[in-house]
Amino acid sequence: MTESKPNTFRNQPDDRGHFGDYGGRYVAETLMPLVLDLEREYRAAQADPAFQAQFDDLLEHYVGRPSPLYFAERLTEALGGAQVWFKRDELNHTGAHKINNCIGQILLAMRMGKTRIIAETGAGQHGVATATVCARFGLPCVIYMGAEDVRRQSPNVFRMKLLGAEVVPVTSGRGTLKDAMNEGLRDWVANVHDTFYIIGTAAGPHPYPELVRDFQSVIGKEARAQMQDRIGRLPDLLVAAIGGGSNALGLFHPFLDDPDVKMLGVEAAGYGLDGDQHAASLLGGFPGVLHGNKTYLLQDEDGQITEGHSISAGLDYPGIGPEHAWLKDMGRVEYTAVTDDEALDAFQLLCRTEGIIPALEPSHAIAAVAKRAKEMPKDSVILANLCGRGDKDIFTVAERLGVEM
Amino acid sequence: MTRLSAAFSKSRTALVCFLTAGDGDTAANLDALVEGGADVIELGMPFTDPMADGPAIQKANIRSLGAGTTTADVLRIATEFRGRHPDVPLVLMGYANPMIRRGPEWFASAAKDAGVDGVICVDIPPEEDDALGPALREAGIAPIRLATPTTDDKRLPAVVDGSEGFLYYVAVAGITGMQQAAIESIEANVSRIKRSTDIPVAVGFGVRTPEQAGEIARVADGVVVGSALVELVAEHGANAPAKLRELTSALSQAVRTAR
Ligand SMILES: Cc1ncc(COP(=O)(O)O)c(C=O)c1O
Repeated sequence: MTESKPNTFRNQPDDRGHFGDYGGRYVAETLMPLVLDLEREYRAAQADPAFQAQFDDLLEHYVGRPSPLYFAERLTEALGGAQVWFKRDELNHTGAHKINNCIGQILLAMRMGKTRIIAETGAGQHGVATATVCARFGLPCVIYMGAEDVRRQSPNVFRMKLLGAEVVPVTSGRGTLKDAMNEGLRDWVANVHDTFYIIGTAAGPHPYPELVRDFQSVIGKEARAQMQDRIGRLPDLLVAAIGGGSNALGLFHPFLDDPDVKMLGVEAAGYGLDGDQHAASLLGGFPGVLHGNKTYLLQDEDGQITEGHSISAGLDYPGIGPEHAWLKDMGRVEYTAVTDDEALDAFQLLCRTEGIIPALEPSHAIAAVAKRAKEMPKDSVILANLCGRGDKDIFTVAERLGVEM
Repeated sequence: MTRLSAAFSKSRTALVCFLTAGDGDTAANLDALVEGGADVIELGMPFTDPMADGPAIQKANIRSLGAGTTTADVLRIATEFRGRHPDVPLVLMGYANPMIRRGPEWFASAAKDAGVDGVICVDIPPEEDDALGPALREAGIAPIRLATPTTDDKRLPAVVDGSEGFLYYVAVAGITGMQQAAIESIEANVSRIKRSTDIPVAVGFGVRTPEQAGEIARVADGVVVGSALVELVAEHGANAPAKLRELTSALSQAVRTAR
């Protein structure tokens, strides 16, 4: 670990896909030639203005970007501290930030001549976004989803089917996101010749963490320009929820070299960090290797992966993108965690103060915002990523609130 | 001469038999494999997330962990096996995380103390092998690499370079326990690999029957059988040793008479 601060936080990973000690390409040999291929193709795409132009065009006219930057006046009043602003990625087509990444990856898949798409999904948002871009480009699509998540996110399962995707419930393990990702990797290994795996967060073997971050960085790039435009300065604090870490990196990355902008990543504390029923890999885990990368993992003393818990299916993952592991060790980003109950309170608070029903994932960010805003002066500015809308979660919330629908 | 090189220096192909540690009475099951004629034992370290394995071995991992198997248990099974079978080579196969949890050096030295001859790690390709491979070599354990149908000629030298004991050719691009690859493709790939290395090449993934094993034995230095044996453990529980002995003898017979 280097002791001195680097002069930029935006030049990771290195050419082997390492973010400091983290990241890399820890995959079975069958996949190695493939991930090397993907990297070559990604470099070519980055250098190709036509690729960027097509990406931008789809984001504007299909996804609906730029997403608004919104001053949450009544929430700010209710909290009585810092001004709270939201980046409204919940207004994107399909209702979350996930689609930004899916557009980028399906364009890459088509560049590579792949004819079949697979993906894993937790909350179903990435599955819906993947099924959406597959319908848009006419490619067959198989979505792996933990059986438990199929149950708690049934509206999204139906959406995926409407969009023409095949949804495969995964029963191994505890039937959540981690198990879906294992099954995605198994499918990929067996179908390397024609299949592209659209990974849904900034994790997995290099170059996935890098390219997912790059595609999601549209969030932070827009927000930076919008903030300058609206208030003539950058925010004091950025806040985002963290499952695998893609919406957070998307917001944070363009600001990493702005020393006055602090950043807070919010993990899911589930029933509390003191037990093992949480999904906070950075705060409650240790470095290890899973799903193609070295990163912080929830695991026991033998290196067996432990199953966490979060009320939010999208945060219920025992790992975290490797760039966050590095940013944590470097001290550039602060990480905290929020319990199910705190997230539920924040969910309801936003509904009533702003008329916005957030997804349970960003509800974690909002809970952290509520705590921090109260401690900050009124002229300071917090920008939080409202990365998904809550339609998919109303059944879960009703159940937890004891409401019969 | 090491136990591994002795097993591969016979004038015939070696039979490599896989079982998951801690799934059933592993000691009795391993003894049955040796009695049946296994030349090399491959002992799977159970992992919660066996990404390269099909349903049979996935379930064996789950059964083993469900029964409470720890890394200490796996090492104890190895140590006791070594005590009963001083000459039979024993290879650990598994995933990176359990192997590096306490540090690669710790694992290499614990495996050495347990009498382990080689280690196969599924998810550490040559590109990431700057800690585990060196630690194993330092401890005198053979790091055994995997080559696959997707390993092209450009990558092959890097894969072969760090491999000791033998090279494991994964015959199908896929997970364990699926259909067998065509013998023509296996033969072509094995001769391709043999052009770039002198170490023995063992072929596995999808090998279930004595007929298949015999066919592969004509073109490779070793044949690996896993899922078919693991399924017998699942099906027969306490009566598995007799069934394992039976299948292993048939496999061994087929391999011995292949050329
Ligand atoms: C709305 C929403 N936010 C956040 C996440 C968590 O993923 P990430 O940390 O990659 O943004 C998900 C995952 O499904 C999600 O659907």
